[in-house]
Amino acid sequence: MTDEPNPHDEPHLPSPTLWPIGFAIGVAVALVGLIINPLYLSTLGAVIAVVFGVLWARAATADLRGRPVEVEPERRSREAAVEHVEAGGSRFPRSRFLEGATLGLGGVIGGIVTVPIAGFALLPPFIGQKKHEVDLGPVTDFAEGQWYVATFTVDPAEGEVSSRTAFIRNNGALTTGGSSVPSFTIISNRCAHLGCPVQANGPSGQILGMKNIVQHTANGKVTLVPVVPAGFGCPCHGGQYDTEGNRTAGPPVRALDRYDYLIKNGNIILASSYSVSHVDNTGAQAKIHKYKLVGPGEHVDGIEQVFYPLNPPHH
Amino acid sequence: MATRRQPTRAEIRKQKMQAAIVYPLDWLEERSGLVGATKYFLFRNVPADSNWMQTLGSATLTAFIVQAVTGVILAMYYKPTPGDAYSSIQNITDHVTLGWLVRGMHRWGASVFIILLFLHMGRVFLFGAYKYPRELNWIVGVVLLLLGMLEGFTGYLLPWDQTAYWATVVGINLNGTAPFLGPWLAGFLRGGQEIGADTLTRFYSMHMLLIPGAIFGLIGLHLYLVIRLGVTSPPWSKEAAGEEREDEQQPVRVGLTRPAPSRRGGA
Repeated sequence: MTDEPNPHDEPHLPSPTLWPIGFAIGVAVALVGLIINPLYLSTLGAVIAVVFGVLWARAATADLRGRPVEVEPERRSREAAVEHVEAGGSRFPRSRFLEGATLGLGGVIGGIVTVPIAGFALLPPFIGQKKHEVDLGPVTDFAEGQWYVATFTVDPAEGEVSSRTAFIRNNGALTTGGSSVPSFTIISNRCAHLGCPVQANGPSGQILGMKNIVQHTANGKVTLVPVVPAGFGCPCHGGQYDTEGNRTAGPPVRALDRYDYLIKNGNIILASSYSVSHVDNTGAQAKIHKYKLVGPGEHVDGIEQVFYPLNPPHH
Repeated sequence: MATRRQPTRAEIRKQKMQAAIVYPLDWLEERSGLVGATKYFLFRNVPADSNWMQTLGSATLTAFIVQAVTGVILAMYYKPTPGDAYSSIQNITDHVTLGWLVRGMHRWGASVFIILLFLHMGRVFLFGAYKYPRELNWIVGVVLLLLGMLEGFTGYLLPWDQTAYWATVVGINLNGTAPFLGPWLAGFLRGGQEIGADTLTRFYSMHMLLIPGAIFGLIGLHLYLVIRLGVTSPPWSKEAAGEEREDEQQPVRVGLTRPAPSRRGGA
């Protein structure tokens, strides 16, 4: 043992000022006084706080006011520190182990945190999307051979934003092999170009003395506006369709989408929709070239369909 | 031998006052180096024949800051739900004090931001300031341009009127027609296969959190590269690129009649 004093035995300089403790006690007394005795106790606390605050400020600005502050001298020697580093030349230094551990653990923690967040950000649009059936009211509302613009709400819980429109025509009974089933043409108004709302090219039936029909079904309000279309046209970029939804002019890449339907208790129910490349014939005799529902602007047939090999699930 | 004159009491007082004023800055500088960093950032050498066109980047940054500040205030009143979005915007415009002004600044400032982005990009192109060693900064700038336009696209939906709704329908479906991954991108943007309440909230989130965050980060990188690589001379500059400045070649003589050359460069 040397006679050299251990630096840890001596108090460090500059010694910490103790005035903040008094200041804090003063503030505490003032705050407690606000509840117990605002007049005397708070005043006392404020006085304590001010006195110790001034002492604290004086101590903190001693250096600035020209009073020398005793500072602890540097006791560590530079050479010793360098030697210490050079002596430890092990084959796998601890610093490298710690570096690897930090990166590895950081990567694991980052991955554990990132994977569920990325899944939450990316998956919901494609998984567990709800499927809806829309009740459009009694079949008897639809006069045979007449077109109606049906406006309905797909999901009443979502409200106005899930409002959709379809063009519906009752084609009358279709007789196949002795049995007779009702036939409807139900065309979506979503343009096959970029999804704008397609309009009926023709006068509203109100001009011809026909009345709008309003039904209240399980899906809320359903409005049927009779219309006499020569075809359908899109206001956005001028896509034109005939009354079977076949493209006749403009930028659309295929025919208008259609809805599957079923008849339950005399009501017509819209089921899922599907995409159509084109339709041969008309009305009940129509031969529909049917495809899985895809987005607007996507080719379902022809050479261009190779650009859309995988589609997210539609309902 | 001339003895040094004793400072008068008034002079000592003045020195003490100056020390007291500078003290907070010294305190900050000693603990963070921020004062020196700010000085380094502000008092850089730039070519003596720098041009007014070279302030377009700062103008773009200012436009972005205006968008950020007005956007934060608008977010205090805007309600991103299909039922409330349009009425909350009407409320901002018609009833909130100066709401019409802040919304107008944000709405028109968006166009100003995009216009300045393009002017700044045009200046960099025509000055040849994208060349070595500044290629990376051009690339960062192009990403910033794309993010700025994405801000325009996502912000356009928020008023939730007919124009906003159908423009977004068309915009998302345009993305959907991209080959291979297009339909998935459209599904991600819509938050499903139909536009709905989720579309509005996710556009709102992207518009005010995701994209601005990315823009802030990339602006930091953009500025770092500007500071590191320096400002380009205009193409008509007489100073050959890469040559040392005249005042750096000559020994600097400092005296009473000849002050030290300003650290500041040209205009």
